[in-house]
Amino acid sequence: MTAAPQKVEPGVDIIPALVDKITKVNELVTRFEFKRIDGKDFPVFSAGSHTVIEMKDGDRTIRNPYSLMSDPEDGSKYAISVRRDDVGRGGSLFLHKKIQVGDKVNLTYPLNLFSLDLRARKHLFFAGGIGITPFLSMIMQLESLVGSWELHYATQTEELASYGEELKNKYPKKVNQYFDDADQAILLQKLLTTQPIGTHIYVCGPAGMIKWVTSTAKNVGWPNANVHSEEFLAPKPGKSFQVRLCKSDLTIEVGENESLLEAMEREGVNAPFSCRGGACGQCETEIVELDGEIIHRDHWLDSEEQDSGTKIMPCVSRFLGNSLVINR
Amino acid sequence: MSKFLFPPSIPSRPTYGVLERRDGIFHIIIAEDEGAEAIIDFVESDKKFLNKAHIIFVATKSGEKYVSRLKSLASAQFYVGPSYSASVQRLQKVLEAAKMGSQFYLTGTEGFMGQAQNEIMKAGFPHTAIQTEHRGSVARRMQCVHCKGITEDVITDPFVCGHCGLNLFVRDHYSRRLAAYQGVRVDAEDFGNVPEPVELYT
Repeated sequence: MTAAPQKVEPGVDIIPALVDKITKVNELVTRFEFKRIDGKDFPVFSAGSHTVIEMKDGDRTIRNPYSLMSDPEDGSKYAISVRRDDVGRGGSLFLHKKIQVGDKVNLTYPLNLFSLDLRARKHLFFAGGIGITPFLSMIMQLESLVGSWELHYATQTEELASYGEELKNKYPKKVNQYFDDADQAILLQKLLTTQPIGTHIYVCGPAGMIKWVTSTAKNVGWPNANVHSEEFLAPKPGKSFQVRLCKSDLTIEVGENESLLEAMEREGVNAPFSCRGGACGQCETEIVELDGEIIHRDHWLDSEEQDSGTKIMPCVSRFLGNSLVINR
Repeated sequence: MSKFLFPPSIPSRPTYGVLERRDGIFHIIIAEDEGAEAIIDFVESDKKFLNKAHIIFVATKSGEKYVSRLKSLASAQFYVGPSYSASVQRLQKVLEAAKMGSQFYLTGTEGFMGQAQNEIMKAGFPHTAIQTEHRGSVARRMQCVHCKGITEDVITDPFVCGHCGLNLFVRDHYSRRLAAYQGVRVDAEDFGNVPEPVELYT
């Protein structure tokens, strides 16, 4: 077990690693385990952290964030579980179809945007589908701290409930599963009105589920401080556009299938990033001139900031119109 | 003095608002003395939610003055206690059984609200979601940084520590954990040079 060097920037600085093990979990999900190239241990991390995995697919560099699902106290490996997305931009397909044991990848130092609030008296987890992954590390951390937790895990079918059976066998009283094809649903209203004072809610899953849980919690009187959620957006393709980078004195073209951040990286522009999913705020960039419309897709800027047309999150947001100049 | 608007100060100093009803499955209203007036003010427009409310009223100095008025609000539960320390077990018991979705409303002096807030925080509820409205005296609950003793109802600056007898300067530095402001020896550098005590906010 080694601590991270003091000066690394989480979510940005790189640890060169090798693919050590690939395990098919079910029809859609595969687990990848990594070890460090230099043979040392990875830094331990706090449960809920993610890493950005950087892979080379020919000339193309793919960077995708995934929650770490291994034991936070075990530095001998990092593990992620990836759901295959057949209509996405290819990151998960590359992992599923091309990555082999022994391949080199770069992993960023873990960054936590979804950490446990350890002041909580009880942790109530809601997972939808592949949203189970951060909870796997959280459960391990809480078991080691003897924390109180309860999981409500919804999936389309029993077969697609990654790690569901293992969890259920290990913690039969704490794990509750719900299968859509059996018409089972979380009794949310009842759950959210029967929790002791000091409970915190964590939800990770599809946008609709996050909205359902957070809005129900708000309606029955939960403070925002006790409701935590994480949703990584994959950058969506869109119409290609041109953007002027005034600090770099460059005009670049953003293709249909790349994000503004990726286009800047392709051109060698040093653009900050961390989660690459519209959640962390690292890549926030000032808009200098705008003639057209920003298609904001992030969770970072509030609606007032988005409407003001003065800021853009290049990892997920796009532009439609005549001209855009950003301060980068 | 029932309502007092504290002048702006350092970030450490707590600020207070005006109680307003928020959506929730239950409402726990904790008031001391003139805080009763804040309750009456804020429930006036909508008394219906009181059928899901527990009023814990501490009549430290007000005796029977507000009791019948508060009782007539017909909240689901109503408790009257003679002092904070006599009522805190009631609050602890309520917190043990309370569920998330409950709203907390505190009103009274700073020392009273601070201690009740501390009790609610210890149950794991975030202080940022507890509503507070100041009513009554501007006296403070002070902790001596030297002997750690707490002196209640401090109304002058400087004041004499009730435990070690040092002359203490009343600072705006506040501890939520202790529910007290910090009192620091005023003549530490210049022994015996103790300014005339002045009543707070005069």
